Amino acid sequence: MTRVGVVVFPGSNCDRDTLRGLELVGAEAVPLWHEQGSLDGVAAVVLPGGFAYGDYLRAGVIARFSPVMRAVSAFAGEGGLVLGICNGFQVLAEAGLVPGALLRNRGLRFLGRDVRISAQRFDTPFTALIGDSRPLRMPIAHGEGCYFADEATLDGLESDGQVLFRYVDADGRLAGTEADAANPNGSMRAIAGVMNARGNVAGLMPHPERASDRLLGSDDGLPILRSLVEAAARADQRGASAAQPVLVGAR
Amino acid sequence: MSEFRFAVNVLPKDGILDPQGRAVEGSLGHLGVEGVSGVRVGRRVELTVEAATEVEARATVERLAGELFANPLIESYAIEWVDIHAGVAG
Repeated sequence: MTRVGVVVFPGSNCDRDTLRGLELVGAEAVPLWHEQGSLDGVAAVVLPGGFAYGDYLRAGVIARFSPVMRAVSAFAGEGGLVLGICNGFQVLAEAGLVPGALLRNRGLRFLGRDVRISAQRFDTPFTALIGDSRPLRMPIAHGEGCYFADEATLDGLESDGQVLFRYVDADGRLAGTEADAANPNGSMRAIAGVMNARGNVAGLMPHPERASDRLLGSDDGLPILRSLVEAAARADQRGASAAQPVLVGAR
Repeated sequence: MSEFRFAVNVLPKDGILDPQGRAVEGSLGHLGVEGVSGVRVGRRVELTVEAATEVEARATVERLAGELFANPLIESYAIEWVDIHAGVAG
């Protein structure tokens, strides 16, 4: 069974949901405490949602300097798979492991509601099993989720295929870039998730683990978690030390 | 060793959306104030650094400002020396 770690910072509050979501798709999910400097041999790491270190100063910034994040940075540097969800995305952005920053929502309000996102690629460790660009319904719950990068960076992300998810409406039409019903935090170019240039570290603001059972209203998050776990299983087989490119196929 | 006190003033960079600044500016009409524009909301961090020289202390503050207090992608900062003795009743 593939071991996937879920980091627990003081203030994380989606760690148990994420552990359970990963178990649902066949992983051996283990918590990784923020003070530990090793990752216990996991094949992938998830940084869950919450308010790590109270979101003091800026969301994610204090978590960035925790011992476990040094290990996560080293792991990512070796090609290890890392997914940041919501606050976890903010931590990755502050750590410079994915491009851009998450600004205060344009409307200033904390938003807790369902959105729809559409995967932009299907050949990554995070999206390979999604299969098509149908809208995936899952919740957001954040105050700082407005994706920002300068225009040159945004152009580069698009041309290099680093935009993983975009906000769309129920019919799959791309959301507007000013805050609208489908892009409520006002993210630039309706970006809901991005990955690094190497394709092994990704972050998204919506919560796939909160859409992991039809009883919760949607299980659209499962293909994302399943993609990650299957990619981690393949990485595991190659051996943890072999830093191979992790993209599933050619673009 | 001496103690040096600094303040780091952090602001959203020019051109970066500042919804807090905009909300504050939007409220000014309710106070009957006109002719105020360009409101930006940031944060101020004050700290005391123990170092041999002010140059050394300032280098520490510079590093903290760039790595921790401000995110250079979206924020700018300015470092200000604070006179520890000012305002102390003598």
